[in-house]
Amino acid sequence: MTEPFRLTDPDRAKTLTEAISLLAPADPVKIVHVCGTHEVAIAHNGLRRLLPETVTILEGPGCPVCVTPASDIDAAIAIARTGAIVCSFGDMIRVPGGRASLEEARSEGCDIRTILSASDAVRHAKDTDREVVFFAVGFETTAPMTAAIVLDDPPENLSVLASHKLIPPAMGALLDLPDHGIGGYLAPGHVSTIIGLKPYREALDRYRIPVVIGGFEPLDILYALALILRQIADGTPKVENAYPRAVDDGGNPAALRLIDEVFEITDAAWRGIGTIPSSGLVLRERFESIDARKRFDIPEAGPDEGIPGCRCPEVLTARAVPSDCPLFGRRCTPLTPVGPCMVGAEGACSIWFRYGERRTP
Amino acid sequence: MTDRIGPLHGAGGEMMEKLLRERILVHFKDCHAGRIGLTELDDGATVDLPADGEAVITTDSHVVKPIFFPGGDIGRLAAAGTLNDLAVMGARPIALTLSLIIEEGFPLDSLERILASFSKTLAEAGAVLVCGDTKVMGHGELDGIAINTTGIGIASRAVSDASISPGDAVIVTGTIGDHGMALLAAREEFNLASPLSSDVAPIWPMIARALEVGGIKGMKDPTRGGLAAALNEMASKSRATIEIEEGRIPLRREVLGLSDLLGISPLEVANEGKAILIVEDDKAEEILAAIRSHPLGEDAAIIGHVTDEYPGRVVLATEVGGRRFLDMPLGDPVPRIC
Repeated sequence: MTEPFRLTDPDRAKTLTEAISLLAPADPVKIVHVCGTHEVAIAHNGLRRLLPETVTILEGPGCPVCVTPASDIDAAIAIARTGAIVCSFGDMIRVPGGRASLEEARSEGCDIRTILSASDAVRHAKDTDREVVFFAVGFETTAPMTAAIVLDDPPENLSVLASHKLIPPAMGALLDLPDHGIGGYLAPGHVSTIIGLKPYREALDRYRIPVVIGGFEPLDILYALALILRQIADGTPKVENAYPRAVDDGGNPAALRLIDEVFEITDAAWRGIGTIPSSGLVLRERFESIDARKRFDIPEAGPDEGIPGCRCPEVLTARAVPSDCPLFGRRCTPLTPVGPCMVGAEGACSIWFRYGERRTP
Repeated sequence: MTDRIGPLHGAGGEMMEKLLRERILVHFKDCHAGRIGLTELDDGATVDLPADGEAVITTDSHVVKPIFFPGGDIGRLAAAGTLNDLAVMGARPIALTLSLIIEEGFPLDSLERILASFSKTLAEAGAVLVCGDTKVMGHGELDGIAINTTGIGIASRAVSDASISPGDAVIVTGTIGDHGMALLAAREEFNLASPLSSDVAPIWPMIARALEVGGIKGMKDPTRGGLAAALNEMASKSRATIEIEEGRIPLRREVLGLSDLLGISPLEVANEGKAILIVEDDKAEEILAAIRSHPLGEDAAIIGHVTDEYPGRVVLATEVGGRRFLDMPLGDPVPRIC
């Protein structure tokens, strides 16, 4: 009997790291990924220690709750204070808004509920006569679920506070920053199963930068990194799929149809980054009646104010690693988070803290 | 007698006497570690101590959800917890106390199952129950039952967990994460069917074989916080580095699967029938063989070494060849399991 193929196989990992060393340029190259699951896999497996010194890999805006603007959290709290039940995912409830987090609002007496999926919000709405609001955050991976409940004849007392965001425009926005220094992108496997390759081409072709979609096992990531470095070495930047066992080039057409039917694309505010054109999803006008922003008359928000001393904005734009921040591991830990990247389980700071990730060993 | 615990069962009168005689004491036969034992129901018990060696004493309180779980129950957990704390001090357990705090309405047959299991576990380690106490709390004031045990053991010289040095080898006595993951799988909210069962067991008979070889520098049972917490505690107390290899840690396939599913590291959840031994390197193979000669130690392995690279820290060499720090877990990812 042969050994089953393992995506942690040390021999295959060695082959790939040797390839990476051969392909790595003499000058430093910064590769950015935009997915908390990638960061967990990199930290958990100690992959940074396998890369040549010239190759660094950083997490950009890959944590959905981290990039949700403080103004949306403030809106959710304002809604909860009217007596409505606000439902959202666990991490979102702990992230500080402009003044407080939903968790703090709960301790004041607001009815804030942690849910595991969009359908839980529907269930809560069916169990009560009170208003129930689903605070919907996440990238292209969670937007289809929100769309599905909007289309599935939801209870009249349910509305949606949509704060969904699109990844490829954010990847482009980072490249518009003058000091980005990004040499290539490791694109997120999960998001790509939904969107396929086209949105990356539309958003990023003009930057002439390598974009390789990677899976989440150690060998997946090393393979994708090798392909990025090969594109750099060959001078042939393009969008490449290194995760074909999960990602079809065309994405998931059914999920894409759901998103398109329910949402339209709009400019959106990203925490720590600012407004990015065509990077967010708002409910289409015909779903106005279920839009919590309309139902609760939420005003347009101004720009977020930063958190003093917190370097989350630089971490979210891949211009700093968590340990560069003077608050990291001192005033700011997962038990006493200051910035959003220490709250979200997919936030770079939280992951670096939990896995003891540092510039050494 | 009713089939549930009532307030009078803790009131010190006839009801309590009846509960003791008919439901509790029947589970314990040999109850003496000295002249006066449990049978006498005196205000205390006596313990005979040998002329040489050290007496070791330890105490632990136990709450667990669910009370009956795959592979054990709170009775076995309470007994093994205290027995194993003695064992990793290098002490042969001789006598235990048992303090029960029970919620009004708790089923008496469940109580008896717990006591039978406690008694059987004591016998496996060759220790006896010498005294005890029972209290009843009102309905809703406690979640079922809580158990406190204190244990006394005898060591020729107790083994601390704070005197390891570079060059020593690190041994674990079996698969890691079984108890924590089995309990997680058994919780209703996850709705999982899993073949996993807890490793809860008294490890003294296995540890006794290792002690006979000699060369043991430090021991610890990786309960709450799991392997990660225990190794960090040892590294930190001795200002040493413990470097372990991920690929050598014995892990059940079911534990790995569940760990992936729940996003909880098997290195951070409790074990209730395992020990970490830090030993002189040239004795490591002999000690490993002694541990493996006992059924509880079949899967024992040498998982790493002590170095001086990062004092007080634990380094994990990952299976793919990377390295990272393995830090103290922030909090127990599985609350209330031991």
